[in-house]
Amino acid sequence: MSGIEAREALAITYRTEGRRALATLIRLLGGFDAAEEALQDAMVVAVEQWPRDGVPENPYSWLVSTGRHKAVDRWRRQSRTEAAIVDVAALATAPAEPECPDPVEDDELRLIFMCCHPELAPDARIALTLREVGGLTTEEIARAYLVSAPTIAQRIVRAKAKIREGAIAYEIPGQAELPGRLDSVLQVIYLIFNEGYLATEGPTLTREELCVEALRLGRLVVELLDDSEAQGLLALMLLHQARVAGRRDEEGNLILLEDQDRTHWDRAMIAEADALLDRAMAHRRVGPCVLQAAIVALHAHAPSFDRTDWPQIVALYDVLIRLDQSPVVALNRAIALGMRDGFAEGLKSIQALMQNGALRDYHLAHAARADMLRKLGRSEEARASYLRALELTRQPAERRFLQGRVALLTPARRVMS
Amino acid sequence: MQYACLLYFDPTVVFNGSPEGEAVLRDTGRFDTELKASGVKVAGHALQLPQSAMTVKVRDGAMSATDGPFMEAKEMLGGIIIIEARDLNDAARIAAGIPYARVGAVEIRPLVDYSKPRPKL
Repeated sequence: MSGIEAREALAITYRTEGRRALATLIRLLGGFDAAEEALQDAMVVAVEQWPRDGVPENPYSWLVSTGRHKAVDRWRRQSRTEAAIVDVAALATAPAEPECPDPVEDDELRLIFMCCHPELAPDARIALTLREVGGLTTEEIARAYLVSAPTIAQRIVRAKAKIREGAIAYEIPGQAELPGRLDSVLQVIYLIFNEGYLATEGPTLTREELCVEALRLGRLVVELLDDSEAQGLLALMLLHQARVAGRRDEEGNLILLEDQDRTHWDRAMIAEADALLDRAMAHRRVGPCVLQAAIVALHAHAPSFDRTDWPQIVALYDVLIRLDQSPVVALNRAIALGMRDGFAEGLKSIQALMQNGALRDYHLAHAARADMLRKLGRSEEARASYLRALELTRQPAERRFLQGRVALLTPARRVMS
Repeated sequence: MQYACLLYFDPTVVFNGSPEGEAVLRDTGRFDTELKASGVKVAGHALQLPQSAMTVKVRDGAMSATDGPFMEAKEMLGGIIIIEARDLNDAARIAAGIPYARVGAVEIRPLVDYSKPRPKL
């Protein structure tokens, strides 16, 4: 193997095996800092040895045992007190593989649960998960979120201090706690995905990386835990990702669902999502992720916008709204209702929602209202609503779309030459 | 990625013979050995006290020189260590091990990557 190949192998190993090794080292050495130091020491040895001797058959085990030996060496050199030496001796003689049935996977799960702990600030959970589980660098996370690297670095430092101060244990939550804790994990993964999926600003490549990373994390959780919501979330992300190619034209302009070329959708990804949804539906617990994925799956399988199973979609929204009373869910339900019962019903429903405040300044509510009015032929009111929506968003692609709609509804005037 | 760790501290705290100062000086040698052994250290130098320094300026083609850096603060730049780290948090972790961080402060500055566009201010 050439030096360059070995270095590339090393970089790939760091992203995959290195993260898993870190998860185990945190347990063995009792903290982030010691584990990171040990992993880094092991990587230094790897840089020396691997180009010469080849990549070991099991890089994960190699990194864990090398890292642990390095940590023991380091502590031996540093320890001055008797007590510390006793600790080091105990660590040095500990069995290489503890008796847990599946230690690697358990460690990865422990790490995810720790990084997404509800005690940590939401921003910190995202940064910590991307760095510690995802293997992204602080600088990469900062670029993806369009904030400075020191801002992200401080979030991570503070979160780790909180973990170290003992508020957060390195463990998989027990059955009683599990649903709530898992919700926090799934929320972090979905936020990461949305950041990559929805944003139109910033470097596209890094944004795509967030979606890829969210999918990888979603797959990891599905592999590690048999949970319907985890399966539902992965299905939901896959269904969005499958249709990403149809969402924009070559100039980056938004294409509405009703105007998308459905042959551009990734059928293999949709099939993967279908299989996950089948598995999720077999559970007794049907949560918001499963319901949302089921709604999106109906869109994904519809031959066209008009021939979508709107009654079924409204029925799913009726269930979802009982679990998730967010006004955005209610708005989406109202839009589906308009498709099922006619635009006049849809408009009535949207207007009723907008009366109660939360949606009054939400640009998509005004855009949805405008859409219903346009389809009812009430151009003047539709135009006014599109203009209001335009006032409320700064997102360039959305602005271009809304400006296009306004232009369509503006009566042709005499062209000045 | 490479980062410069700039070590700022009050020399009267380090060189006054106090147990705290002595501990920093003693630990510095060991830390340096560790840093070299771990492959993290790219370069590093300690700086003499500001009394031995001078500052040079060129204006309209003429050089002027003045004594030392005149500091308002008691803390001086006392050393520079260049390290190789995975990212800013990794650099922070390493910098936290520098004994001078206990009595002063370590500023972490990413080195310029000339393949990236220059900043526009």
